[in-house]
Amino acid sequence: MSFQLSGSDWSFEKIEAIDGEIERLAHERYQLDTYANQIEIITSEQMLDAYASVGMPMGYHHWSYGKRFASNETRYRKGQMGLAYEIVINSNPCIAYLMEENSMAMQTLVIAHACYGHNSFFKGNYLFKTWTDADSIIDYLKFSRDYVRGAESRHGVEAVEAMLDSCHALMNYGTDRYKRPPKLSAHEEKARQDEREQHRQRMVNELWRTLPTHVREKIADDIPKFPAEPQENLLYFIEKHAPLLEPWQREIVRIVRKMAQYFYPQRQTQVMNEGWATFWHYTLLYDLYEQGTIAEAYMMEVLDSHCGVVAQPAFDSPYYSGINPYALGFAMMRDIKRICEAPTDEDKEWFPDFAGAPWLETLHFAMQNFKDESFIQQFLSPQVIRDFKLFHLDDQEIQTHIHVADIHNRDGYRSVREALSRQYNLSNNEPNIQVEDVALRGDRSLSLVHREKSGRPLNGATHEVLKHMHRLWQFDVRLSSVDDNGMISREWQCPEREERQRA
Amino acid sequence: MSFLIDRRLNGKGRSEVNRQRFLDRYRRYVKQAVAKSVSERSITDTDGGTSVSIPKKNLEEPSFGHGQGGNVEHVLPGNREFAVGDKIERPRGGGPGRGSGDGEASQDGEGEDDFVFRISSAEYLQYLFEELELPNLTRRHLGSTEVFDRHHGGITTVGNPAQLHLVRTMRSAYGRRLALSAARKRNIESLEQELDQCSDEAQRAELEARLARKRAARKVAYLDDMDLRYNFQTLTPRPICKAVMFCIMDVSGSMDQHCKDTAKRFYLLLHLFLKRHYEKIDVVFIRHHSTAKEVDEHTFFTSRETGGTVVSSALTLTTEIAEQRYGDGQWNIYCAQASDGDNWLGDSARCAQLLQEQLLPLCQYYSYIEIGDRDPQQLWFDFEALQSAHSDRFAMRRVKGPSDIFPVFCDLFRKQEAA
Repeated sequence: MSFQLSGSDWSFEKIEAIDGEIERLAHERYQLDTYANQIEIITSEQMLDAYASVGMPMGYHHWSYGKRFASNETRYRKGQMGLAYEIVINSNPCIAYLMEENSMAMQTLVIAHACYGHNSFFKGNYLFKTWTDADSIIDYLKFSRDYVRGAESRHGVEAVEAMLDSCHALMNYGTDRYKRPPKLSAHEEKARQDEREQHRQRMVNELWRTLPTHVREKIADDIPKFPAEPQENLLYFIEKHAPLLEPWQREIVRIVRKMAQYFYPQRQTQVMNEGWATFWHYTLLYDLYEQGTIAEAYMMEVLDSHCGVVAQPAFDSPYYSGINPYALGFAMMRDIKRICEAPTDEDKEWFPDFAGAPWLETLHFAMQNFKDESFIQQFLSPQVIRDFKLFHLDDQEIQTHIHVADIHNRDGYRSVREALSRQYNLSNNEPNIQVEDVALRGDRSLSLVHREKSGRPLNGATHEVLKHMHRLWQFDVRLSSVDDNGMISREWQCPEREERQRA
Repeated sequence: MSFLIDRRLNGKGRSEVNRQRFLDRYRRYVKQAVAKSVSERSITDTDGGTSVSIPKKNLEEPSFGHGQGGNVEHVLPGNREFAVGDKIERPRGGGPGRGSGDGEASQDGEGEDDFVFRISSAEYLQYLFEELELPNLTRRHLGSTEVFDRHHGGITTVGNPAQLHLVRTMRSAYGRRLALSAARKRNIESLEQELDQCSDEAQRAELEARLARKRAARKVAYLDDMDLRYNFQTLTPRPICKAVMFCIMDVSGSMDQHCKDTAKRFYLLLHLFLKRHYEKIDVVFIRHHSTAKEVDEHTFFTSRETGGTVVSSALTLTTEIAEQRYGDGQWNIYCAQASDGDNWLGDSARCAQLLQEQLLPLCQYYSYIEIGDRDPQQLWFDFEALQSAHSDRFAMRRVKGPSDIFPVFCDLFRKQEAA
């Protein structure tokens, strides 16, 4: 090896040299396919800024970001909160923010983690490929910021803020789970925007046309149900069909919807994404150490930090806050490599497809074609279940006690794995709420239906969210919870007339 | 291939707009917090920011989610003792399963804590004095013109070399050279043409001689005195914004430490407030019992004296100092007097007279606060007559304790409706 890093302070020359070395290893030895990297060194204050804007390099203005900033800043100044070493953005080139406070060893770790780990995940995973377009996200952010700014100057900050408040409340209901979206492009976005505004308005007018069709008698049976199928994408439905929204308001709904879509893959690949990045920083740094590019002292610092990141406190520890995605993801990635390289009999029984196969290919395949839910379903091995001592609790409402359903033993592996996989399924975690009906010829009210899963009710914020829905729809909005037997268990209405609880 | 960019110089503050939006939205809470902190915080740190707390439920961003109840399953790490079929008591309040609450707990299960954040000292003062203004602020701004600001005032042809405007000088030199040399150049060119066309020897010799003479003639100067241009600076008088604040306090035996603290808060607020309006502020501390004395700040607030109380002694001293030291018309004079209302019998009338005839004409504003919850004394009644006669520059209020200070202060300096 031609050089060895020394000294704990970083410099631009050192970062450039080590980045080149990591890049060589990542691309040549491990075939990690990455976007070009744009590494930006920032201060802790700028990191606080980046935190507040959910890591995006720019975005429209909204008080909620200010709230997040004020809270982070206060906690950071009091010492209650540390800052991440890096933030990485799914864009092309892939932007990674590195803190200036990091030591050289930490910068090395972070470059391997973010610029080659996360970066290759963004480029390779099917969810990201389907739902996001790294080439155009920065342009789109700029477009949306300018659009919102323009709307603020035309219609007033308050009107725009109210609109954004309402859209944010429904942000988790702004994606089609099953339909593949068209790519985002700021350029076309701009070009087609006017056309779209007019077109949208036309469509809405068509739907709400009040001129009488000639024969009055036909009313009841003749009107087709609208929407024909229940709609899960509430924001899309509002954008296309809300009767009274102005064109600029529809555009804002669309912007929030597009942002939700951009973040949608990240919400579903936490374990995989972090596990993948952690696996690669660990592997790459070990290689650097073995070839002598980084010294033992560096490696000690790196490992110290690494161990902190992948620690998994037990459920009854005061430090426990859910399953650590870094820990689980890293353990599973390592386990896949182990199963490929040195499979035990158990592994051969559980994973006949890839036990003993080339590990690098298997790992790439896993990274590219799964999300957390299916990744766990496919790859969580008895070994990892044993290491984590996972157990499965069943909490039935009618029982007085919580039951231990399965533990990490031969009988339990499968159902622990299935239960854990369900735990990462977004459609389990979020209530299933869809647009069921619109009273086209009646009071134009909108009916939403919540289909309860396992008898789980909606939370206390429901009425507040309905108010936002009402602000967008501008006519009555109703929501009813339907239980497993198809009975309505609870109803909400906005504006509120009566809120009944049926037994 | 990676690009490495140093963003550190870009500066922070990208979130400033968002933060401001947030503060505006919750302005009510910020104002409450500021008003509360004025009356509660220790006297010395009025300069720092303050923390604002807002009940969390007021700034939730709601979204659909599951409440508690129903059949839930969990996969947890770190099993040590459980076997299949074990039954576990439902934890009370939070944790997996159903808590004791009724699904109305906060969304994220963190409990209904307040949301706490800090505002900076500049923001603190901004909110503190937001709707207040100084009365009679403009009167003595232009009292004197001894301080000047220099402003660029165009270009002149006279000046000192240090103010030479190079570009303009060279420009006019170039123009002059162009203008003055054109005729000569034309002459030379026409002679040359003639010379070219001429074939007669004698004529050629004569032409050549003329050409030589023309060429030898004095060339146009490259730079001439008339080309020089100088920056011109105008002097504009700067309005003087100087203020002096007289703190007058009764330190007789009846004023205890509590009263002094209250008075000190008032002085502090006034000082902070004046600092926002004036570049330079002098503070004069005058304390009195039966005689008045000018002291430094430390003595003013700490030492105690016993003895009777003669308020007029302080007023006389104030008038003297105001006339001697600040009587040149450049100073805006503010007086703040704090007392528990005790005075030597018969002195109160004299005080009112002193104020009316000597001190008030000098002052921009005179405020009197009476501390304590006793019934008003003679001094109060005598001053009351003054207040009705000079409501534009004399104000008096009663203060019971530290928590009254800020409301009273706001009351005194509330923005006047344009009348």
